Amino acid sequence: MAKILIPTPLRQYTDKKDTVELGGSTVGEVLSALTSEHPDLRRHLYNDEGKLRSFVNVYLNDEDIRYLDRDSTAVASGDTLTIVPSIAGGGSTDVRG
Amino acid sequence: MSAVDTPVAAPTLNKDEILRYSRHLIMPEVGMDGQLKLKQAKVLLIGTGGLGAPLGMYLAAAGIGRIGLVDFDVVDHTNLQRQIIHGTKDVGRKKLDSASDTMQDINPFVQIDKYEVALTSENALDILKDYDIVIDGTDNFPTRYLVNDACVLLGKPNVYGSIFRFEGQATVFAYEGGPCYRCLYPEPPPPGLVPSCAEGGVLGILPGMIGIVQATEAVKLILGKGELLVGRLLLYDALAMRFRELKLRRNPECPVCGDHPTIHQLIDYYQFCGVPSQAEEPATVAGDLTPAEVKAKIDRGEDFVLIDVREPHEYQIAKIGYAKLIPLGELPKRLNELNTADEIVMHCKSGMRSAKAVDLLKQSGFKKVRNMRGGILAWSDTVDPTVPKY
Repeated sequence: MAKILIPTPLRQYTDKKDTVELGGSTVGEVLSALTSEHPDLRRHLYNDEGKLRSFVNVYLNDEDIRYLDRDSTAVASGDTLTIVPSIAGGGSTDVRG
Repeated sequence: MSAVDTPVAAPTLNKDEILRYSRHLIMPEVGMDGQLKLKQAKVLLIGTGGLGAPLGMYLAAAGIGRIGLVDFDVVDHTNLQRQIIHGTKDVGRKKLDSASDTMQDINPFVQIDKYEVALTSENALDILKDYDIVIDGTDNFPTRYLVNDACVLLGKPNVYGSIFRFEGQATVFAYEGGPCYRCLYPEPPPPGLVPSCAEGGVLGILPGMIGIVQATEAVKLILGKGELLVGRLLLYDALAMRFRELKLRRNPECPVCGDHPTIHQLIDYYQFCGVPSQAEEPATVAGDLTPAEVKAKIDRGEDFVLIDVREPHEYQIAKIGYAKLIPLGELPKRLNELNTADEIVMHCKSGMRSAKAVDLLKQSGFKKVRNMRGGILAWSDTVDPTVPKY
């Protein structure tokens, strides 16, 4: 089982869970299990071509999977996957949201 | 914009400054040499909001010789929960003036340059070029990509921090061959997918923590001491009270700092981020109703349904009694509660989410559905001032 850390902006799509534990031998398999369990999450992680969106990064432990084997990166039991989306807040007044 | 004069290099500290900085001077890591470096340093702070507040105060206190501030906003009541550089007495004042007064009160030896402008592709290089370090305390994607590209093009370190609800990120970009913001995120999310702090909220203390991390890195950059937060992305989760660190690498294919860059000058960042430029009015769709028109329909006893698509905790803060609450996220599953034969008006806080709700209903075959322009904020302004704004 790998632990997946869900960031605050995406917790609304995981029934408010901040961590999810799922099986899978590669990053792609674990994320696929995650989006099957929480289908609303899919469009926030992947684009229409099924590629990870360019404002969402996934880390296996502390390493960016773009510099490993991307989706094919092997996952061992006890590994942590962290999803880190882009956030822009500076605590100022953005009334255009 | 204030005039920027090149300060006379100050090779010494006077007696008052020596007393003021004594806790720095007695540490070998700073000492007289370090304090003089701080005094000769020029730091540009973009934004005097949540991140900018602790940044401005601590950088002034530390004795940074010259601090530039870029902001065009005015202090309002909703800022005070986190922007501690401003006080209640400052509501309605320019943030630049309020921030500058606080900083000069903390340390009159600091020179403050005020730029009352929105940072744009036209003025960014000109403003940034005089400073040694740029600190990004902005609140939106277009300005973040603009600051990043300008820093890479000018070869200035960009001390980055960003916050959302209970989480923050910080790192130092574009320092001596290290990664830049585009290496981390090549593209911004499409508008609307990631909520802003105004929509999503933010714990008031959070920008304090992240701003202080940024201030620390700026001081270390000036002193040339310690391990910089370069090539490392610091993540902070206030709820779990946990700091984590992820590896950041320069992307050789990065369009601005990669081996074969394709971006050699600043671009249109609003277009890049897919948002209309600030000069443009928000799109008004034909058929939108004003709050006054909705009120008139209620008063005339017209048969229509008013749906509030905000979240339950927002409904607790302020509501229009006539409205039924169906949060936007639940709407797809709760369409069966609505009837395509009914006339439906949707509202939210400011009109953005309800516009999405109108689109969603139209795609689902609803024809008689309209948006209330400006949301409950406009309702409070124009119909019922007893409804609180938040």
